[in-house]
Amino acid sequence: MSLISVDMGAAVGSELSRAASFPVSESDIRRWAIATYYPRRPPARFWDAKAAGECALGGIVAPEEFNPFAWMAAEPRTRPPSDPVRDPDHLEHLLGIAGPGLRNQLNGGVSVEYGVPMRPGDVIESVVTLVRYTEKTGRLGAMLFTVTEELWRNQRMETVRRFQMTLIRY
Amino acid sequence: MGTLAERLVVGAKLPPFTRVTDFDVWNRFAAVNYEFVPIHMDDAAGREAGLPGAVGMGNLQWAYLHNLVRDWLGDDGRILRMDLQFRAMNRRGQTVSAHGEVRGVTHGDDGLEVSLNVWTEAVDADTGKAQQLAVGHCVVLLH
Repeated sequence: MSLISVDMGAAVGSELSRAASFPVSESDIRRWAIATYYPRRPPARFWDAKAAGECALGGIVAPEEFNPFAWMAAEPRTRPPSDPVRDPDHLEHLLGIAGPGLRNQLNGGVSVEYGVPMRPGDVIESVVTLVRYTEKTGRLGAMLFTVTEELWRNQRMETVRRFQMTLIRY
Repeated sequence: MGTLAERLVVGAKLPPFTRVTDFDVWNRFAAVNYEFVPIHMDDAAGREAGLPGAVGMGNLQWAYLHNLVRDWLGDDGRILRMDLQFRAMNRRGQTVSAHGEVRGVTHGDDGLEVSLNVWTEAVDADTGKAQQLAVGHCVVLLH
């Protein structure tokens, strides 16, 4: 019996979520860099406007992997219908359909393509799409692989990044 | 010394990016990424999930690999693409290092593109043994 229901199969290609960030601030960038380089001081281009201005990018930019949606988004203001960490069926619940009902989930892998950098003042729009489901039986039993794609664009509709993640549920 | 482009050799290793990982490191990352997940903050929660204790975030290894590549590039280029597969958990007290090596150089539309093998590995504090935690690839564009 397949883990991919008719409803799930029909949902492939659907938009899962859409969000807009608050404007990226120099403080957000500085704290991200401090945390990811801790306990050493991060490169000056992430916190010193003068040093950053002398770099090829001509000013402070966020590290590529920076997350402008941490803590809170400007939109939407409502909470998602379930917690992605605690609910393995979170993706399907975003679509209002039943999930496969598997108990465990883990991050199987990520890939990213970067466009323009994020700068202070940028507002980032995120659109997450369901790309595909595949299933197989492995040493953990029946396993469902779900690929999602998250596209980030700035206020000028320039692509910031295109990020794919494979979620493994079993 | 010459420019980075002049020094590129297939098989050349990037200077590793290394950190000792424990709650002081993970809590700081949780605070900027809003990643307050019990298995990253509590040994008991990790054991309840079948792990030896609390474990580090995959997103932090992802950040360490970006730091590795950025520190190597300096102002000579930027990251175009990266992918990563997670293979093992980062346990408390492990020394985690991010590594890279040059696998190829091609002339792209916008300049010289360099492909890299990248990976993270951990040295266990008790046994001294190294283990790969995640493996992937990266492509950078040189200015």
